Amino acid sequence: MKDLIEKLSKTFELKDVVFQRPDLSFVTVKKETVISLVTHLRDYEGFSHFVLLSCVDWIEDNLFQLTYFLNNPDQKYDLAIRCMIDRTEPTMTSAHHLWKQIATYQRELKEMYGIDFPGSPRLNENFILEGWDNIPPMRRDFDTKKYAEETFFPRERPKTNDPSKYMKSKLYPDE
Amino acid sequence: MPEDNNINKFENPHYAKREVTGPDGEVFTVDPMRDYFSDARPQVHEPNSIPVIENFLNWARAESLWVLGFGTGCGSIEIPPLLTPRFDAFRFGIQSRPTPRQSNVFIISGYLAIKTLKRVVRSYEQMQNPKYVLALGSCTINGGMYFDSYNTIKRLDHYIPVDIYIAGCMPRPEALLAGFNKLKELIKKGKAENANEYARNFDWYKANQKKIIKDWNMPDYNW
Repeated sequence: MKDLIEKLSKTFELKDVVFQRPDLSFVTVKKETVISLVTHLRDYEGFSHFVLLSCVDWIEDNLFQLTYFLNNPDQKYDLAIRCMIDRTEPTMTSAHHLWKQIATYQRELKEMYGIDFPGSPRLNENFILEGWDNIPPMRRDFDTKKYAEETFFPRERPKTNDPSKYMKSKLYPDE
Repeated sequence: MPEDNNINKFENPHYAKREVTGPDGEVFTVDPMRDYFSDARPQVHEPNSIPVIENFLNWARAESLWVLGFGTGCGSIEIPPLLTPRFDAFRFGIQSRPTPRQSNVFIISGYLAIKTLKRVVRSYEQMQNPKYVLALGSCTINGGMYFDSYNTIKRLDHYIPVDIYIAGCMPRPEALLAGFNKLKELIKKGKAENANEYARNFDWYKANQKKIIKDWNMPDYNW
């Protein structure tokens, strides 16, 4: 694993390399180099299996963190490529030409985080939410509890009695 | 997030008005929203005025319960053991049918996303009268563990009328059988009149459904 990282760092600018487990590593690269690194790993390093594409909302830093998770089935190890993109105008190069299933992940990220992937097929169609008209729900500035209480019809909670007060009124009604 | 280039966000292409060429070359217009669906509101079916006949009818209704094979949420995994040899609901006269047109019991087996609620409303309206709804689990009562979810409805009885709530997370098939026995009691007493309640309060139910289902791209009446 370390050999591979060393080999890659000759060609690509790798930051924050984390050796999480013997068979799992994380690297952070610039937004522009992600697609070329993923293509290189797929074509020359045997990472033929695309595991997932996920997103983390770092609202304090005004960043989205995208993680491209790749698996090498022969060597049996995983490599995750992270990149940070701007949160106010989130746009990322589409990677659907590498693996077909990435288009589905990108549709999901578009719906749940509002990240745009220009050129990705069926990007603007409904994925899970139908007729959503608010800010994307997985963003951290979306208050899901407040939205649920306003939108749905919450059932009023039953009245509960504080046991100590109840027993006091029962045993010492004069006080 | 509003989009300009959303293709079918609020329009269903299956229901678009279109020109169709028949087998003999004749061209005619099809407007599915008007031609394929009834635009009649649901009717209230008053009980028979003779009590003996009504009691007999209710007894007959209680003994022919056909469950719609529609699973939502985690409770749908409780239905197969209920209907198969382990718990064998057939000894209570309960069987399942694959289509709403042929069934009269709707088991809402857990949480409902808005997307599922849309399908549930359609299926419920397509079922024949008299029809009964069993709601399973705390999710259908007050949202349960999805109390703060942006996409899960909190109380089912605002969208379709519910006859029996079976509490639990999830209720076991034994609880479901107890619920079915309770439903039979209600039907025999003539108290399971929720299909009529739906027809009477139709506007209220429709308003609630439309408040939640934002892309209402289907006909208002689906029978």
